Amino acid sequence: MTAVAAAGAPLLSVERVVVRFGGVVAVGGVSFDVGRRQICGLIGPNGAGKTTLFNCISGIYKYNDGDIQFEGKSIHATPRHRMAGLGIGRTFQNVALFKTLSVRDNVLVGAHHLGRSGFVANALRLPFVRAEGRDAEARMRELLDLLDLTRVADTPAGGLPFGWQKRVELARALIGRPKLLLLDEPAGGLNHGEVDELEGLLHRIREHFDLSILLVEHHMNLVMRVSDKVVALEFGIKIADGTPDDVRNEPEVIRAYLGESDDAGAA
Amino acid sequence: MSGSNAAGTGALTAGRGAAVASVLGAAVAAAFLFSDYHLFQLTLVVVYAIAILGLTIVTGFNGQISLGHGAFYAIGAYTTAILMDRYDMPYWATLPFSAVVCAGVGFLIGLPALRLGGLYLALTTFALAVATPQVLKHKLIEDYTGGVQGIVISKPDPPFDLPIDADQWLYLFTLAVGCVMFLLAWNLLRGRIGRAMMAIRDHAVAAEAMGIDIAMLKTRTFAVSAMFTGIAGSLGAIAVQFVAPDSFSVFLSIFLFVGLVVGGVASIPGAIYGALFIQFVPNVADQLSKAAPGAVYGILLIAVLYLAPGGAAGFVRSMTRRLCRMVRPGG
Ligand SMILES: Nc1ncnc2c1ncn2[C@@H]1O[C@H](COP(=O)(O)OP(=O)(O)OP(=O)(O)O)[C@@H](O)[C@H]1O
Ligand SMILES: [Mg+2]
Repeated sequence: MTAVAAAGAPLLSVERVVVRFGGVVAVGGVSFDVGRRQICGLIGPNGAGKTTLFNCISGIYKYNDGDIQFEGKSIHATPRHRMAGLGIGRTFQNVALFKTLSVRDNVLVGAHHLGRSGFVANALRLPFVRAEGRDAEARMRELLDLLDLTRVADTPAGGLPFGWQKRVELARALIGRPKLLLLDEPAGGLNHGEVDELEGLLHRIREHFDLSILLVEHHMNLVMRVSDKVVALEFGIKIADGTPDDVRNEPEVIRAYLGESDDAGAA
Repeated sequence: MSGSNAAGTGALTAGRGAAVASVLGAAVAAAFLFSDYHLFQLTLVVVYAIAILGLTIVTGFNGQISLGHGAFYAIGAYTTAILMDRYDMPYWATLPFSAVVCAGVGFLIGLPALRLGGLYLALTTFALAVATPQVLKHKLIEDYTGGVQGIVISKPDPPFDLPIDADQWLYLFTLAVGCVMFLLAWNLLRGRIGRAMMAIRDHAVAAEAMGIDIAMLKTRTFAVSAMFTGIAGSLGAIAVQFVAPDSFSVFLSIFLFVGLVVGGVASIPGAIYGALFIQFVPNVADQLSKAAPGAVYGILLIAVLYLAPGGAAGFVRSMTRRLCRMVRPGG
């Protein structure tokens, strides 16, 4: 691919994206960029359109207007199952694991798009299929180690506590070698100690895997500490975009969050 | 903890290997221990096991409900019968043709049916099963299918002057094909493709986000499933040496589905348990009550589902685990 041509461009650029559900405008013309190796926080009150925007970037929803470019190319016409191959990995706000599969198998599914073997090759278990499998398994074990999941490798994912399931989702996204990792509320449902660990983990992940992270999070302390830049949404409109300090002091943001009693205290 | 877990998995794998070897040994020995009639019954068990395995792949592992797999069984049976009858092809050579035909038909039916998904797929396949006997009787293809009369084919002789009789050979041949089919299924289901099938079953949106092309994978899974059941149909035709439209009524599809559920939907050995059930339980019911075998069958069916809600495979699994714990109380 044209890596050289794309080198100067941001990894992800969202340009005046509009998403409507019937009469509801969930995202009303939002623009921002995510650079390489950048951690970008996306904040906003409930219903601001964060998840909707996420689903557009990961190809699950089609946007109605504007454009999203990844490495300089529009993703509008890209089928959903090609997004992982482009280098966009994600986790889900409400956890979307394969419940009956073991943790090990859940993570291995994340490597699906890196494999090439088809039905016949698998049924015959040709040598290249085995090599492919060994490769994926080695990286799976590494990730289970990194995310402290080795003990539960054989446990069905649906039976794990919520916080553990979130880590399984993270492992499943990482094994696919994403260039951009989309995390939808990774701290949701975690306790204090776990949130602190998550902060360290996100930094380690960026160093180790050399990727960018787009992070949706209500937990203000975490977002402000971990992000290089923060984008704030309200009612589908961008109200702030800048360094964590800039955004924290932006009057519009303070107003939006003071309207909400619960999260404002955390900021 | 992780160490003892790994050791447990190792022991389980070894145990599974031993179990497969002994079942296989017993199955081969059966060829020399049983009468011709019982061997014929065992041949049909292998045939049904392959047919149910096809259903296991698509329904158990991929979550697509098919109530019409009897149609693919019929297509496989007729492909073999026609090739033997009209083109003098040796029985064994018809199997690859049957595989290609059934996979092709499965693919074509899967293509539009999968877009409907869920219950609509169940009904589409059911409609296929209902239509099958009538289509087979149709005048347009009567020349090939023999119409209502069907086709009689000859019984294969043992090759290479083997010192066994035709029934023994038929059983061993079917068993050998069965072993190959089970091995292929096992390879397929434990690798990248099998995991993708299960991922779609458990969470389609997440599966797609992991890069799985759902439409493609489901259609191909359906085709592979049709191929397995079709090959079973071919073997069934060779075993019975006769095909006729009324052998492939909608009940065949239902019985295969019963075998799938009784055996345990997402289990490879479950297909064997299910085949044993659909082959022998009707006989048992018949012996228990000549007057109302249907009622006895129904009661037996409900009893099995009540005693083993995860199917026979789930029951065997929990029993094995309990036994292991009794043998190694500390572990
Ligand atoms: N599939 C959908 N159909 C109709 N409306 C939707 C759909 N998804 C989201 N919406 C609406 O779009 C708006 C934005 O929702 P979205 O889930 O993107 O918010 P969010 O910022 O992720 O909120 P939260 O912080 O609660 O997760 C809301 O008004 C929501 O009701
Ligand atoms: Mg959300």
